[in-house]
Amino acid sequence: MSCDRMENRILPYVDGRLKTSEMHEVEAHLKTCAACLLRVNEFRAVTGLLDELPQIEPSSAFDIRVHARVAAEPVKQSWWAGVAPSLRVVFAAAMLVLATVWIGSKPSDSLSGPNGVTDEAQVVGDLPVLENYDVLSNFDALSDLPQQSQSDDASQQDSNTQM
Amino acid sequence: MARSDVQLMLDVKAGDEQSFALLLHRYRAPLINFLYRMVRNREQAEDLAQEVFVRVYRARADYVPSAKFTTWLFRIATNLALNSVRDNRRQRMEISLDAPLTADTEDGDARPLDVADKHPDIEQHLVEEARKKMIRRAIEKLPEKQRAAVLLHKYQELDYNEIAKILECSESALKSLLFRAYETLRVELAPLVAAGTK
Repeated sequence: MSCDRMENRILPYVDGRLKTSEMHEVEAHLKTCAACLLRVNEFRAVTGLLDELPQIEPSSAFDIRVHARVAAEPVKQSWWAGVAPSLRVVFAAAMLVLATVWIGSKPSDSLSGPNGVTDEAQVVGDLPVLENYDVLSNFDALSDLPQQSQSDDASQQDSNTQM
Repeated sequence: MARSDVQLMLDVKAGDEQSFALLLHRYRAPLINFLYRMVRNREQAEDLAQEVFVRVYRARADYVPSAKFTTWLFRIATNLALNSVRDNRRQRMEISLDAPLTADTEDGDARPLDVADKHPDIEQHLVEEARKKMIRRAIEKLPEKQRAAVLLHKYQELDYNEIAKILECSESALKSLLFRAYETLRVELAPLVAAGTK
């Protein structure tokens, strides 16, 4: 191995992060190259010096400040969740306006009939009768009953003979 | 068994605030130390670390575990730190040269230079402080990207592939970047290095 190829391997070698095969190559080169061996030792010394710098501890208020900032973060919503409330308000207002316009456009006497009963109410009131008429006219059991008009005539005749 | 970072983040996504507190507890110290060594100011480092966690929280709904959590976390931190370093540099250029003489302390704050201390341990203390200051200065003098690479490599012990993703470069380019950075440090710290190799 040449000294040029050592450039990217010295630090991984010092760190102990080379593959076994690469490590053997480096060690073979170091046995024959005093300059690279010196460089390895100097890099080791540098990393040792960097270890001398002390660590600092976070201040006691650090966590509190982070939690306070996180608590102040707005609750994340989808874009629809932000838009939907305003759309609901707009829709409700539009419906209110339409209802007002519709009610305002109706003539005041068009809803009431001649006797104070509305035409529409009369129609609605007749609906059950119409429904009942259809049912009764097609109801087979009724055909078995004696005819009311004949019985009325018969009773009339009976009363006349008695008189 | 402790939940993985990814699982905790997925739990945060599902609305579990306690999982966010666990992630905060797990990464606040490494993050603050990384940022402190990038910007050299403790208060600013904590402000930036806060911002990192808030951004993680904001992004919870869209979180997809496509990479390691630490890669994502330190990528946010590195971008914030690099921007902050550039802003600081611009501000420093505007500071008056009439500023009072100060000495750096380990916590990054500046205090007035005090030379009249007769304590018997002061000499040893001063030697140690001078040594640390020299190391700090050497790291500070590195170009920002090299500095970030060294800090992630040395203090966070992230693997090369992960650091490369954080710095958005190839693994080969990262190894060259690190080699150049350690070469610079070797030269800057030559007196200490020579003493260490004897």
